[in-house]
Amino acid sequence: MKTLTKYPIEPLSCWPKAKELRAKYYQDYATARERGGLRWTGGAWAFDAIPAGLGEDVHPLTGEPYGASIAHDRKFSLECMEAAERVGFARDLCSYMRNYWGSILLNKYAFGGEFPKPDFIWQSHICCSHAKWYQVASQLEGGIPMYCVDVSVGPYESLTEGKLEYLVAQMHDGIRWLEKTTGRTYDDEKLIDAVYNECRSTSLWAEICCLNKHTPAPLDEKTMYSLYVLATLQKSSKAVADFYEELRDEVRDRVQRGIGSAEYEQCRIITDTQPPWAFLDVFRYLQNTYGCVSIGSLYTFGLCGIFEVKEDDTWGPRTTPQQKGIQIKTRDEALRILADWNLSRPEWQHFYSHELKSAMLMRMVKEWKVDGVLLHYNRGCEGLSLGIAENKLALQKAGIPVTPFEGNMGDWRDFDRTRTLARVEAFMESLRVERIEPSMQGA
Amino acid sequence: MFEPFRHWYEHRHEYAREWKSRTSGKVVGCFCTYEPEEILYAAELLPLRVYGSHQPSSVTEPHVFGMYCPWTRDVLAQGLLGKYTYLNGITISQSCLHFRQCFTSWQKHVPCEFSYYLPMPHGIQSPHGRKFFTEELKKFKQALEKWVGREITTGELHEGIEVMNENRRLLTQLYELRKAEDPPLTGQEALWVVASAQMTDKRDHNQALKELLPKLVDRKLDREPGVRLMLIGSENDDVEFMEMTETLGATFVVDENCVGTRYFWGEVDSERFEDPLEAIAARYLERPACPAKDWPELSRWPHIERLARDWRVQGAVLMQQKFCDPHELDMFTVKKRLEEMGIRTLFLEFDVTTPVGQFRTRVEAFLEMLRSEDLFAEELL
Repeated sequence: MKTLTKYPIEPLSCWPKAKELRAKYYQDYATARERGGLRWTGGAWAFDAIPAGLGEDVHPLTGEPYGASIAHDRKFSLECMEAAERVGFARDLCSYMRNYWGSILLNKYAFGGEFPKPDFIWQSHICCSHAKWYQVASQLEGGIPMYCVDVSVGPYESLTEGKLEYLVAQMHDGIRWLEKTTGRTYDDEKLIDAVYNECRSTSLWAEICCLNKHTPAPLDEKTMYSLYVLATLQKSSKAVADFYEELRDEVRDRVQRGIGSAEYEQCRIITDTQPPWAFLDVFRYLQNTYGCVSIGSLYTFGLCGIFEVKEDDTWGPRTTPQQKGIQIKTRDEALRILADWNLSRPEWQHFYSHELKSAMLMRMVKEWKVDGVLLHYNRGCEGLSLGIAENKLALQKAGIPVTPFEGNMGDWRDFDRTRTLARVEAFMESLRVERIEPSMQGA
Repeated sequence: MFEPFRHWYEHRHEYAREWKSRTSGKVVGCFCTYEPEEILYAAELLPLRVYGSHQPSSVTEPHVFGMYCPWTRDVLAQGLLGKYTYLNGITISQSCLHFRQCFTSWQKHVPCEFSYYLPMPHGIQSPHGRKFFTEELKKFKQALEKWVGREITTGELHEGIEVMNENRRLLTQLYELRKAEDPPLTGQEALWVVASAQMTDKRDHNQALKELLPKLVDRKLDREPGVRLMLIGSENDDVEFMEMTETLGATFVVDENCVGTRYFWGEVDSERFEDPLEAIAARYLERPACPAKDWPELSRWPHIERLARDWRVQGAVLMQQKFCDPHELDMFTVKKRLEEMGIRTLFLEFDVTTPVGQFRTRVEAFLEMLRSEDLFAEELL
């Protein structure tokens, strides 16, 4: 009879701090004006290090995690989506965006009270919906000043000086625009600190993801969702960078002591993109029923984690400017580093070719010792679903077990839980992963 | 009168094969309307826009997730079905996500001698876009030179510009005729002309246009023009839909879509810049924008507003390929502003095939509504 290895598990001691940081972020945004501060909104990929130069009392609300927070609350999410649909927006548009617009239209903030109107919009654009999201948001709010940096210059492997300069020139203009729009004097020292923080936080997150190469995985993906999100909120904040340092130390300690994320780890999988936020219990079901641990995804790793290929040809955290001993002295140097750093983000690469995404998924399968891949055909996000069918074909061709499931990250009406469970159960069978029975549970 | 254009539209593959055999030249498939055809002409290549077939096909199912636009799936299907085997090369100037997916799948599964992804900026309103795009056009030119095995001279670039500009001027003249109280051509006929411009050698097309335009001066259609309609939205080469609508007592007098005015509007101004590549870059950045690139301002709107006013449009058909996010994002504002101008709108969502019967009912109701408004207006007077 098969006996499973039972791994010790324990809760993360820094977990309450992660929750506290997230709650404070949303509270700070809502109450910024009461303290004489400013509010801005934009995407999770916006260069938040740049508005940081306006002062410490300038608080962001990043749209994607806000849309995901709404998605987790099915009742409010339905109200938001229906509000957006009532004024004429199509149901197949980005579901984060529709949740966000609905929140404006209903004038209800997901964390209580009225929707806090931003003072300005600060965005970057790689997906077709990015700038358009806030073009509409500005209109719905009666006209909010908006600035957006075009980052769609092609994959990092083909970066040239001209492409980098295109971004940096837009960033310089953006700073002048921020000064004019807010009436504030820009502080380059604050920008430089924010750039250091962003490089530190996003490299640390990549390092944390790399610790999951160990068996048992010290973190499971459902837990990671609550941790990676901090970088999507404000990757350039010192608090986030400091937290990731603490988290990295704790996860490293878990690896050294053999602490797992689940008692049984029969099977390791990865996913590719955003999950259906209203149905995260699917991950717990897989874990508890099959000992199947999702150890991450290109999304959780590469949305904000910045990696580089190390000498042994494996992925590791990108070496930060401070680790290289680079002293940033000027605004231009800070912006150049910021542009280059962001352009190497894994999740930006596959906007140009499905082959780049397939290669990254295959790398993860190999280095993280993965048994199979779950691909979310996500009706809520055309950007990260781009090329997904080709990814499936490429993984299959490489002999990697893969199964797709269809859903929507932010619109629960598009997700069929029963069918999805049936599909993942069939996938477990195809991987020859048996349900955990009491008789299999060792000491 | 429109037979040559209709013939080219309906027999595009035969035309391309015949062109190759006549010139021993190479043909490059273009996937969007932002490809700088001037440079392809300068390299003595024939740029042809890859169109779909309006026939249902399942060959793209393994390659494209179902939530992507039917137009791009239809285009990819043509490659997978071997309809474009005569293409020597393919290129895309960075377009919407849907077309990028179509292009990269084509690259992988329908390989050809030359393929090039031109990173055209999305930030077309940024003052830095021109410098960046000019640099990218230089690289594109170099890649073409390497492929064709010779240098592309400045003189040839100017010739390429002139070929394209002449076509734009002639198409603009054609559209100007549609301003008339009684337009001398239908929207369907205009569509044959403008769509075929993207499937033929512009020199052939220019010649045919030069022969056509004088004939139109005194032409009178054998029917009343009826309601003056404008077509706004994403791609449309659906001649069947145009015909159906125009048999119901209406005429499409102008359009704002990427087969029509967004494709040909605005010339390359070689006088403005010493470097012809910079002049080309400026034209593509400044032409009426695709919604995917139109931010932070909605710069499309002044173009739409001008066309609607100058062509005295009474109603607008807002047509959109299903799942086209950039257009879905703009429709909200475009519809609102048109209606503020007093122009009623009808929104239609298109798929690969057109449900002519269903659309007929909706178009009839729309036209009846517009006509009844006219009736009441007269009674009040």
